[in-house]
Amino acid sequence: MKFYDLFLDFSRKLDELIPRIRVQGDLAEIDAKDLTHKEINDLIRYAVFEHNCNKIRLLNVVGQRYIGTRIFSRNPRKISVEIFGYPGNDLGAFLAGHKIVVHGNAQDGVGNTMDDGEIIVHGRAGDVVAMSMRGGRIMIRDDVGYRTAIHMKEYKEKVPVLIVGGTSQDFLGEYMAGGRVILLGLYSAKHRGRYIGTGMHGGIIYVRGKLEPWQVGREVGILELSSEDFKFLEKHVGDFCKEFGFNADEILGDKFVKLLPVSKRPYGKVYVY
Amino acid sequence: MKFLLKKDEMFSFMLPEFLVERRGDRCIKCRVCERQCGFGVHSYDEMSNTMRADEMKCVGCQRCAVMCPTKALIIRPHPSDYRPNANWTREKIQDLKKQAESGGVILTGSGCDKPYRIYWDHIVLNAAQVTNPAIDPLREPMELRTFLGRKHDKLEFAFDGGEIELVTELYPNVQIETPILFSAMSYGAISYNAFKSLAMAASEYGTLFNTGEGGLPKELRKFGKNAVVQCASGRFGVDPEYLNVAAVVEIKIGQGAKPGIGGHLPGEKVTKPISVTRMIPEGTDALSPAPQHDIYSIEDLSTLIYALKEATNYEKPVSVKIAAVHNVAAIASGIARAGADIIAIDGIRGGTGAAPKIIRDNVGIPIELAIASVDERLRREGIRNKVSLIAAGGIRNSADVVKAIALGADAIYIGTPALIAMGCTLCQKCHTGICNWGICTQDPQLSKRLNPEIASKRLVNLLKAWSNEIKEMLGAMGINAIESLRGNREMLRGVGLQEWELEVLGIKGAGE
Repeated sequence: MKFYDLFLDFSRKLDELIPRIRVQGDLAEIDAKDLTHKEINDLIRYAVFEHNCNKIRLLNVVGQRYIGTRIFSRNPRKISVEIFGYPGNDLGAFLAGHKIVVHGNAQDGVGNTMDDGEIIVHGRAGDVVAMSMRGGRIMIRDDVGYRTAIHMKEYKEKVPVLIVGGTSQDFLGEYMAGGRVILLGLYSAKHRGRYIGTGMHGGIIYVRGKLEPWQVGREVGILELSSEDFKFLEKHVGDFCKEFGFNADEILGDKFVKLLPVSKRPYGKVYVY
Repeated sequence: MKFLLKKDEMFSFMLPEFLVERRGDRCIKCRVCERQCGFGVHSYDEMSNTMRADEMKCVGCQRCAVMCPTKALIIRPHPSDYRPNANWTREKIQDLKKQAESGGVILTGSGCDKPYRIYWDHIVLNAAQVTNPAIDPLREPMELRTFLGRKHDKLEFAFDGGEIELVTELYPNVQIETPILFSAMSYGAISYNAFKSLAMAASEYGTLFNTGEGGLPKELRKFGKNAVVQCASGRFGVDPEYLNVAAVVEIKIGQGAKPGIGGHLPGEKVTKPISVTRMIPEGTDALSPAPQHDIYSIEDLSTLIYALKEATNYEKPVSVKIAAVHNVAAIASGIARAGADIIAIDGIRGGTGAAPKIIRDNVGIPIELAIASVDERLRREGIRNKVSLIAAGGIRNSADVVKAIALGADAIYIGTPALIAMGCTLCQKCHTGICNWGICTQDPQLSKRLNPEIASKRLVNLLKAWSNEIKEMLGAMGINAIESLRGNREMLRGVGLQEWELEVLGIKGAGE
């Protein structure tokens, strides 16, 4: 069986691709039609580091992975990437403080192990959104898939936030160790996800609407919100509504519950030395 | 010592594991043993002016015996035993009683100590006699330098007059001066000083250490070019800079000591400095799930491999570490095809900072068989050059290194030998957080017993000694470069092995 490197063997050299890019001031427009993910990121790097562009506009994106992953640099420049189309898996994986806006749906692994920055999706997203996310904010207008916010974590001032306009499938917040998840449930009468917060040992999940006890893992409790929680929601739900054109007061006027882990050490008693 | 029980408290039926013998004619009651023992075995009774010992607490780490200025202490396995029974050994009975008293999963540390066949001890090396000359490594150059990473099928050159230019763009490779790397041991599992010692030694000798999944403290990032940084299921301490300072990025799928099992750094070990490096709040359990939750298939693995290549601008080889299990050859083939540059395979005897004992002692296969079958499979499929193979788990000396390389490894990882070099005595109590040798602990009093300047010197000495021994063995075979030994099974013969074992190892029996 011939060995192909699934990506590298089919990628063209940068020189061949340069005609795809149109630079106007600090904005670069890239036509992503038929480009591989490596080619797209090569072009983004070319625009950012050779032309000093701070804004990237990607057109005709269809399934290319890792968009935005390769703009790490030691100087803290913030790049903003606007995507028209449907980016592939691991959008903004390991994202180093940049901003990504998607006009379309996203697939699996949005913001995987993202370090900082912002991802906004005008559409839905697939599974494992915000896995191991450690900073920044992700806003998904519609629903998300399974295993959302798995192992999200926080440290000191670095508290990642995920806001989902719709609802999530099973295993939301599994192993969650920190961060904040807001689930607004704007498009369905009920949340149907199960095993929410299984193994959760840090962070907070806010849910608009009702959750039955059988929907949540045994490591979490369902609690009422405090005034501090409302202040937090006001800011982030406010931003969400501004971005996607909803009425924040209406949404915030509804009933919310929050899920908190009952222990920082869910499995402390299983082992014997 | 405990004489009174609370209501409903169980009286323990356990026997002590070790006997503490204190020779009265030598003991000067200086109480060094008392201060040295983090488990609280020794105590001084002022009333009677005697030293006492609570043997139930002794783990046999020999710290007190070594530190005793008059060598008054002898610590040895406790002679008290049950009626001899080939089926029910002392260990099995004791473990069972411990579980009856606690209801817990028994945790342990370090590698599997059960008597599975150690194939290294059934393989002998060849030497040159008459028909080819041996080489004297003291007087002739010997090449141990190794390059880790994907290699091309063919290289293209351009000849321009007298100039020769390499046209092929090489894949990222990492150069190491000896084919020995330090295995993944995270800061958190081991102490800061032990972690730093490994980093210093790797940097001085020109090889690599592995951060495990506990992150790389900011002030140690200067050792980045000698670091393999891990991206494991907990993703602890992973940030874009961490990935970009490293020499190699390693995806940890599994570990030989606990294949299929995640990690669990108990909250009491997550002290302030650990919390900084792992980027989690103090006192929370650091749970590494058993699977990586974005990897449920070879295709998903490929996704993460390329995510890491993207995050590091294709400048670094990406390694995938797996435990040696039944279908390891097929899995390795999938990993190579998924785009990995290095595959690290960890055998059943690989060490751990904490693992359920039942898993450590029963799951996985020996590295000798695993590395041989993986090498053979990749060769047969014509993709052996696509990956470097690192063998890990159960390497004890330089002969094991040579045998592993002749069976097909490019390099080997050492964990336990490095710990032993720093002072470890394999007492297997790593999971308790108490380590009298200052290695596997976060207790500041205990960890300051390990001086990184001295411990790193011990590690460098170990690398130097093994490397020299490897050169001696190569010279004896009439080989002058480690490259010529790689997968050279003609240099190996089996002794006392069955046919199927010889077949898996791909070697002949001695005399053949």
